Amino acid sequence: MVENRPWLTFFSHTVLILGVIAVAFPLYVTFVASTLTLEQIMQVPMRLLPGDQLIENYSQVLTGGSTKGSKAAVSHMLVNSLVMALVIPLGKMSISVISAFAFVYFRFRLRMFFFWMIFITLMLPVEVRIIPTFKVIADLGMLNTYAGLTVPLIASATATFLFRQFFMSIPDELAEAARVDGASPMRFFWDVVLPLSKTIMAALFVIQFIYGWNQYLWPLLVTTDESMYTTVIGIKRMMVGSDSANEWNLIMATAILAMLPPALVVMFMQKWFVKGLVETEK
Amino acid sequence: MAAVSFRDVRKSYTPELQVIHGVSMDIKDGEFIVILGPSGCGKSTLLRMVAGLETITSGEIAIGDRVVNNLEPKDRDIAMVFQNYALYPHMTVYDNMAYGLRIRGLSKDDISVRVKKAADILELDKYLERRPRELSGGQRQRVAMGRAIVREPQVFLFDEPLSNLDAKLRVQMRAELQALHRRLGTTSLFVTHDQVEAMTLAQRMIVINAGRAEQIGAPLEIYANPATVFVASFIGSPPMNLVPRDGRLLGIRPEHLEPCAASDAMLTIDVDLIEPLGADILVYGHVGDRDSARVAARLPADALAQAGKLALRYDPANVHWFDPKSGLRST
Repeated sequence: MVENRPWLTFFSHTVLILGVIAVAFPLYVTFVASTLTLEQIMQVPMRLLPGDQLIENYSQVLTGGSTKGSKAAVSHMLVNSLVMALVIPLGKMSISVISAFAFVYFRFRLRMFFFWMIFITLMLPVEVRIIPTFKVIADLGMLNTYAGLTVPLIASATATFLFRQFFMSIPDELAEAARVDGASPMRFFWDVVLPLSKTIMAALFVIQFIYGWNQYLWPLLVTTDESMYTTVIGIKRMMVGSDSANEWNLIMATAILAMLPPALVVMFMQKWFVKGLVETEK
Repeated sequence: MAAVSFRDVRKSYTPELQVIHGVSMDIKDGEFIVILGPSGCGKSTLLRMVAGLETITSGEIAIGDRVVNNLEPKDRDIAMVFQNYALYPHMTVYDNMAYGLRIRGLSKDDISVRVKKAADILELDKYLERRPRELSGGQRQRVAMGRAIVREPQVFLFDEPLSNLDAKLRVQMRAELQALHRRLGTTSLFVTHDQVEAMTLAQRMIVINAGRAEQIGAPLEIYANPATVFVASFIGSPPMNLVPRDGRLLGIRPEHLEPCAASDAMLTIDVDLIEPLGADILVYGHVGDRDSARVAARLPADALAQAGKLALRYDPANVHWFDPKSGLRST
């Protein structure tokens, strides 16, 4: 806005500042709690300045988890989460990009039928098909494995659909020029389609990384072994009962650790992420 | 380089929807042929059939002495320049030109020599490391041509390559295309809807209307002796005047009309519009009532043009007669 209206400026800033407080304050409290002793947290009101237990709390959760609840080391959980958050987007992308390529550039029998089959699964989130999926994974002996954690979440209509829409916006002449140049379809895929999809892949990676990292319900079902817990599940397993029985300082430290990787991914990939959403290099 | 021949080439998408109704033509080795027609007449389809991007429903297309109907585009030894250039956006100018050669397995040195040579001809040497979006329209156009040149094909196919350029650049690229053809001497097929491009570039041209070849011949020959009413009204700016007379159509070019005294008039028009162009004056009018035949006359710059009636005469030798039913020339 170019107009100079002091009241409007004042009003919009108030709204923004209130918004920032609403979002940031809980995070701040979480951080402060992770630097206090359990007794300090239990005092009413809880102090709002960071305490001196930062190193103790974090090294405790990283190496030994909580003392009353789950004793699995959070460092190992972070590795599990990372594996899950990397395998899901990479698996999703490699499958969807190739299937979207088939849908856009090849004419085969029942093409639209298959496309709609995939598209319809968009309407069925994991939660809806969770019991049959669990049965399949259990029967295949994939409980408490990385495969069990990731494979059911890899199948994705969203990414296929996104890539299809993007490929359809690539001018046909490009495919024709490649044909005249003598490129086979797969060569065209590697040399032209994939490089052009770089930005959209980056955007998809960020979204799916966070999706994989934040999975709760599925890992809760398929992991019973402490060594396979993801960080999010680890937080849940640290809570053992009534409010006072929980070691909130350690739980809060784990929560902070669980928040960091997605935040870092967004920060480092932001440039690519925005590019992928707004700009196509054609 | 090679000759290209069409033998009764037809194209239909469904049995009812036929877009090319049998085109036959022999193109000599090294000839520059322009395929001219209004939008949607099937001219691009015809070119794409030569390229192998559209299947041929019936008939034969031969490049050299090979019938290419069932060959993939890459095996036809052609190169094509697209209307929107179709450059690979993520590759540098060098890579754009080299891509086809790499696929064909040429050695690095060979590729480099060929690309440098093409870049030299097209004055692209300074831009080899740039990406297409960092180039102007005219430079992109040149890269697209470069990509065709490096392949040293038997035939060049141009699909309205100049229509995305502004008017001034178009004239310049037209001249460059002509120079290029003189230099390389490669058989070329050039599709356009712009008759000025066709007249200036073509050694011979083929005028297409609704999927039929209306006339094939040298530009001036077609201009002087249009075979059908369509060709007469499509070629020339303003096009040939067609006035109904004695159950036939009288055709006369605007520049063959001259003002005269009312008593000598062979054609009298009511003037609607006068356009002084400097070198000459265009006068538009109509014969009889408003809805009847429109007539344009190109008069010398010093002619006295004014609203009202204008008496015109012509040399009967310059008159063309057409049969209004069949649209064919009748003398």
